[in-house]
Amino acid sequence: MTQVFENNDLQPVGYGRMLRKEDARLLRGRGRFVDDVQLPGMLHLAILRSPFAHATIVSIDTSAAEASPGVRAVVTGETLKGLGLAWMPTLSNDVQAVLATDKVRFQGQEVAFVVAEDRYQARDALELIDVEYDVLEPVVDVRKALSPDAPVIRTDLEGKTDNHVFDWETGDEEETNRVFAAADVIVKEDIVYPRVHPAPMETCGSVADFDPVEGRLRLWSTTQAPHAHRTLYAIVAGIPEHKIQVIAPDIGGGFGNKVPIYPGYVHSIVGSIVTGRPVKWMEDRSENLISTGFARDYIMRAEIAATSEGKILAIRTNVLADHGAFNGTAAPVKYPAGFFGVFTGSYDLQAAHCKMTAVYTNKAPGGVAYACSFRITEAVYLVERIVDALAYELRMDPAELRLKNFIRPEQFPYTTKTGWVYDSGDYEPTMRLAMEMAGYDELRKEQAEKRARGELMGIGIAFFTEAVGAGPRKNMDILGLGMADGCELRVHPTGKAVVRLSVKTQGQGHETTFAQIVAEELGIPPADIDVLHGDTDNTPFGLGTYGSRSTPVSGAAAALVARKVRDKAKLIASAMLEVSVADLDWVKGSFQVKGDPGRSVTIQEIAFRAHGAGDLPDGVEGGLEAQICYNPSNLTYPHGAYICVVDIDPGTAEVKVRRFIAVDDCGTRINPMIIEGQVHGGLTDGVGMALMEMISFDEDGNCLGASLMDYLIPTALEVPDWETGFTVTPSPHHPIGAKGIGESATVGSPPAIVNAVVDALKPFGIRHADMPLTPSRVWDAMRGRATPPI
Amino acid sequence: MQVPAPFEYERATSVDQAIGLLERLGSSARLVAGGHSLLPMMKLRLANFEYLIDINDLHAELGYIRLSDDEVRIGAMTRHRELLESDVLASVLPIFSDAERVIADPIVRNRGTLGGSLCQADPSEDLSAVCTTLDASCVIRGPGGAERVVTMEEFHVGPYETAVADNEILTEIRIPRKSFRTGSAYAKVERRAGDWAVVSAGAAVWLDEGRIVDARVGLAAVGPNTTGIPEISAALRGHEPGESLYELAGAIAARSCDPVTDTRGSADYKRHLADELTRRTLRKAVERARS
Ligand SMILES: Cc1cc2nc3c(=O)[nH]c(=O)nc-3n(C[C@H](O)[C@H](O)[C@H](O)COP(=O)(O)OP(=O)(O)OC[C@H]3O[C@@H](n4cnc5c(N)ncnc54)[C@H](O)[C@@H]3O)c2cc1C
Repeated sequence: MTQVFENNDLQPVGYGRMLRKEDARLLRGRGRFVDDVQLPGMLHLAILRSPFAHATIVSIDTSAAEASPGVRAVVTGETLKGLGLAWMPTLSNDVQAVLATDKVRFQGQEVAFVVAEDRYQARDALELIDVEYDVLEPVVDVRKALSPDAPVIRTDLEGKTDNHVFDWETGDEEETNRVFAAADVIVKEDIVYPRVHPAPMETCGSVADFDPVEGRLRLWSTTQAPHAHRTLYAIVAGIPEHKIQVIAPDIGGGFGNKVPIYPGYVHSIVGSIVTGRPVKWMEDRSENLISTGFARDYIMRAEIAATSEGKILAIRTNVLADHGAFNGTAAPVKYPAGFFGVFTGSYDLQAAHCKMTAVYTNKAPGGVAYACSFRITEAVYLVERIVDALAYELRMDPAELRLKNFIRPEQFPYTTKTGWVYDSGDYEPTMRLAMEMAGYDELRKEQAEKRARGELMGIGIAFFTEAVGAGPRKNMDILGLGMADGCELRVHPTGKAVVRLSVKTQGQGHETTFAQIVAEELGIPPADIDVLHGDTDNTPFGLGTYGSRSTPVSGAAAALVARKVRDKAKLIASAMLEVSVADLDWVKGSFQVKGDPGRSVTIQEIAFRAHGAGDLPDGVEGGLEAQICYNPSNLTYPHGAYICVVDIDPGTAEVKVRRFIAVDDCGTRINPMIIEGQVHGGLTDGVGMALMEMISFDEDGNCLGASLMDYLIPTALEVPDWETGFTVTPSPHHPIGAKGIGESATVGSPPAIVNAVVDALKPFGIRHADMPLTPSRVWDAMRGRATPPI
Repeated sequence: MQVPAPFEYERATSVDQAIGLLERLGSSARLVAGGHSLLPMMKLRLANFEYLIDINDLHAELGYIRLSDDEVRIGAMTRHRELLESDVLASVLPIFSDAERVIADPIVRNRGTLGGSLCQADPSEDLSAVCTTLDASCVIRGPGGAERVVTMEEFHVGPYETAVADNEILTEIRIPRKSFRTGSAYAKVERRAGDWAVVSAGAAVWLDEGRIVDARVGLAAVGPNTTGIPEISAALRGHEPGESLYELAGAIAARSCDPVTDTRGSADYKRHLADELTRRTLRKAVERARS
């Protein structure tokens, strides 16, 4: 690891390296997760899931299950239909079955649920439910989803005669074709980003407690967006919003998995209403892997046009997107393909164009952001892969090709050919630093020597620009809810403070980072600032944590609310010091009289005065608190340069990631240790996707990755010691200049690793090979038989 | 949390008492040793048994590694970790520590046993390949203390099927020692640490005056293969070891195995690995025999 933590005890009053406030609790087993919630009289819920990918439900007999010991309720789609609850909206304005009524559309779909006295009884009773299915032909191969003879999956949608979800387009097709026609070199590659799973350590679950007397629902659930969920429950279940309290306690990882509302959450609510008792649903590992929001699943044709000197002119792409059985993608409404439009990458192009078609298949719904900043993972992979393919064709060094084409610092704010306004960036120093840390020239020398000896060593580069912090409410909303974030700050009389956030950590360290943001603005030590989040009853409205949006949106809100408090403190200080406001200087933590530093009051003294005896200046109310709702004017655009070194065993085709250098620029750095932690996690994730992860299906639509023995995620043994570095290009529009970091490494690492593997295979004449690069697939590539994984 | 169907549970106090319980309960009962194969199947409800007889308290009786001049005896309850950490095994049969280093993870190795591994009879089980390579025999005890000894070939009746009857227990593995210079080695290709083998191979050689007196190769994950590959043994006997011989052995391994294409890899690739790993382990085994 790159950093020594000797400064951790310094407890900076503001930005800097410090241990996470939440870790004492989490590391000592004192965290409180949904499955830790125990309520008097609580019942347990288990879900019966479809064994088939596509089948008509002929009949369901629940009588034996109802008679099973401990069972309090058995609910089927028919029951829900009677309540008008059989279907619910998805985050993409589609509908999804809460329990199947007509037919099942993916293996693992919810068919019925049992509520019983304990978990074992609930599970045992599932075996007694007798469902008769009429098996239908499934649509598994996404490429055949639109063929005329493909069975129609969404027969529930009025007049639907095919499996088409949407078409989407961005950029200028004509102009792009014109540039392509005049270009010296065109390189084309078919690139697959396979379906992968977020696989958080904690699976999804909820505890619903409906009070029939008050008509009040309390719901503990694994949610990354408690406020948005509350509003949706109000709409779906018809419970007035002020009677719903959603509580996201400690969350054991999200990665986008916990953005949507899953049928299971609704089941627990229905279960509690039906039985009059609290009901817990906690899905098991297999349920999590087969039924909850997957990520990616894009089949992309990429084309790049350039001059023979290596000036990149244009990129165009055609994408086929597999959205599963219901379109449950979490993305702002006007962005059905998320932010895929940033596929133009970090390069100054003349034209760009993308055409996308999304289809239904008999697979689990989702496509939800999985640490992917709304499809930027796919976009960055596409551009960084095709740029490498261009370097291959031009026989140019991939670092040199990138350096030659970067958007230059003076071009910012830079509007891309697909309409994205990059706020700031200075790419070359970031790239140069990564190359210097890697010892790039020496690595190339070493590689040449090894190649001469028949050894396989590869060096892969990826340079990414992210677009995070959704987003400006004028064009970004989810189901009509604008993506602005509230924040409240109260300073207590003794100068301790509590800041209430609308976003919710799933492990990102909000309780520390947000305390540090407020500390930096007010000079109150982070230890004296409590961060409250996750409970809709005591936090302001906002859209939650995903897409690396917490710091860009809520981080700005926290800084601004603290400044609002500081402005008020200044008025009180001027009264306390009996000078005019204009004569005060803010020196972190206190106001001083200009030219007379001996006369000052601390923020703590001001807080006491704000709540204390004696008059306050005219027009100043008592108390020291403020509230704000922050609407970002733009996204923030972090960037980074990643270099990966791999060795491949020529006999077994096993890939070993030997080194990985990650230089990130996320603007202002609040807690470098937390940033590095986010980067380490994302890089590890990237190793997983590049080398082993993929949810595969057999021809009947059976999911082949239903356990962690079958769906592999990387361990410490597959990753090197990460070498991290940074540059700082602040965001010009963010109050503290910060950009998001949560997903940078997940976005940037897969192309770096794949580029390294493909580079290692250069002696075999390989220009592209798809993920996951398992030994078997690498071996195929070495034999000139690289095939897409689907 | 995945939860199994209801079952009764009893802890055995001696081998014969456990056999008595098995005799009484028949096929509705199962022994549980380390539980790392049985319990996952029960949690997924791929296997449901009415009774579990826990034999972990028999570790004192069945957990041992004993070396004599003509054989090594290993008790069925010897845990992966004990095999990994045994100095005796490392010196006479280094194939065990080679294999144990790449079996599962420390959590599984702390509990999983040699007996459980062989009785699970999974075609990918590494210790089955090791025992096959070493031409081990298996001691099975039944009611009334009756003991029978079977070869690995007889022991593994088919995938997930063994010669152990419902009222019997595997108690011991016996590995013959020959009075020649000997070396052994194991190699495995996996997609990720702790994963089951894509393919693995074990090799053992016995040398006399620089020539191969006997050699055996055992493979895992390329079809039921508990016989070793006799053709390799025959091809190597009497020859001086060297690259061309390993190449020959690798080629025989590749054509003698029966892999299938699955998420771990294509059949072609697995065949290639059978070749590659056979060569690598033979080379290493010879190196060790010579040193
Ligand atoms: C995550 C994970 C990864 C793994 N990776 C590998 C790997 O890479 N390579 C590998 O080879 N294995 C691997 N395994 C399997 C592991 O090695 C086996 O679970 C273990 O060795 C089996 O032994 P056990 O004592 O746990 O058997 P148990 O699960 O207790 O029993 C297995 C079967 O054997 C029977 N049985 C047990 N002992 C006896 C006996 N003395 N007489 C008769 N019948 C008996 C039981 O009744 C049961 O049917 C892995 C397991 C896990 C959970």
